[in-house]
Amino acid sequence: MIGLVVVSHSQKAAEGICELAGEMGGEAPLEAAGGDSGEIGTNADRIGEAIAAADEGEGVVVLVDLGSAVMNAELAIEMTDANARIADAPVLEGALNAAVEATNGQATMESVLEKAEEAREYRKR
Amino acid sequence: MYGMADKATQRAAIVAAAGAVADRLEAEKSHLTDLDSAIGDADHGSNLARGFRAAAEAVEDDEESSPQELVKKIGVTLISKVGGAAGPLYGGSIMSASQTLENGLTTDTSVDFAEAYLEKVQDRGGAQLGAKTMVDALTPAVHTYKKSIEVDELPPLTAFAKATAAAEHGVEYTVPLRAQKGRASFLGWRSVGHQDPGATSTWFIMQELLEVADNYLEGETDVDARSPTIPDEAPEELKES
Repeated sequence: MIGLVVVSHSQKAAEGICELAGEMGGEAPLEAAGGDSGEIGTNADRIGEAIAAADEGEGVVVLVDLGSAVMNAELAIEMTDANARIADAPVLEGALNAAVEATNGQATMESVLEKAEEAREYRKR
Repeated sequence: MYGMADKATQRAAIVAAAGAVADRLEAEKSHLTDLDSAIGDADHGSNLARGFRAAAEAVEDDEESSPQELVKKIGVTLISKVGGAAGPLYGGSIMSASQTLENGLTTDTSVDFAEAYLEKVQDRGGAQLGAKTMVDALTPAVHTYKKSIEVDELPPLTAFAKATAAAEHGVEYTVPLRAQKGRASFLGWRSVGHQDPGATSTWFIMQELLEVADNYLEGETDVDARSPTIPDEAPEELKES
């Protein structure tokens, strides 16, 4: 199954998003990579470990929040052997969409990325 | 030919540079944190000081690694110890640019390293010149270094001293600009009038590299960023008109 990693500056936010996404796609490997050494921030090594943990060999889609989360996720992906890609999507809505798609038997990296990125279109009013 | 030091000397210089940068950033910790608390999240000083200390420790007893491997190790250690944007920007760019040092640290490879480092910082951070970031200090520094060596044929030490002076101009240039990247950009107009911490730490690091280089190389260090020469012919593309 395609794995998912949620990267946020806040560990609580990353875990909370994983909790929500797990409700939607409970079987997909979901890893939270939030915070940096217990503080607000992001860390490439930590994201790399989460990618390794979420990878079952079919690839990993990475959801990120802001700024350095993107840079550290890019760096972690460059340093890993796993096939991992960043979804250009809002972190929470994207993670939920991705988790649903990942549990679909025909899911591929492309389809999970596509579903995650569809979340960009969600309007709130 | 300048800068043909043997590998042992290169290694010693790299280790000395890492230690000098760690000491300087430790000493500037509260200064950088003050700059960062004005327009960022107040962690630049302590993050960088912690990271470079760990990097200096990682290379100080290493007698096995080549110069290239030592530089890469500094980058990898920074990635793991410095979170936020500074980890990937400093550590990731040093790691990536270390590929240019396969044949060790020479005049030519130092220019290649500088260009690769700048390119990676710009690519990773997506910041253009004038966005009030470290790119504003790095770009004039790298341009001045390359030109001083390749056009003016100055000794590398003199070229690096000019590059460091150029970086200072860049740091000053960040003060009146509105931030367009990073957390400072959320402040919008309120960021104007504040000096960018990343540009400042880049300049501090260059000052330390210059001090260390002065122990190994011949040249002048009391120089400014202005060119000693006037271009004696029009560039190719302008000749016909």
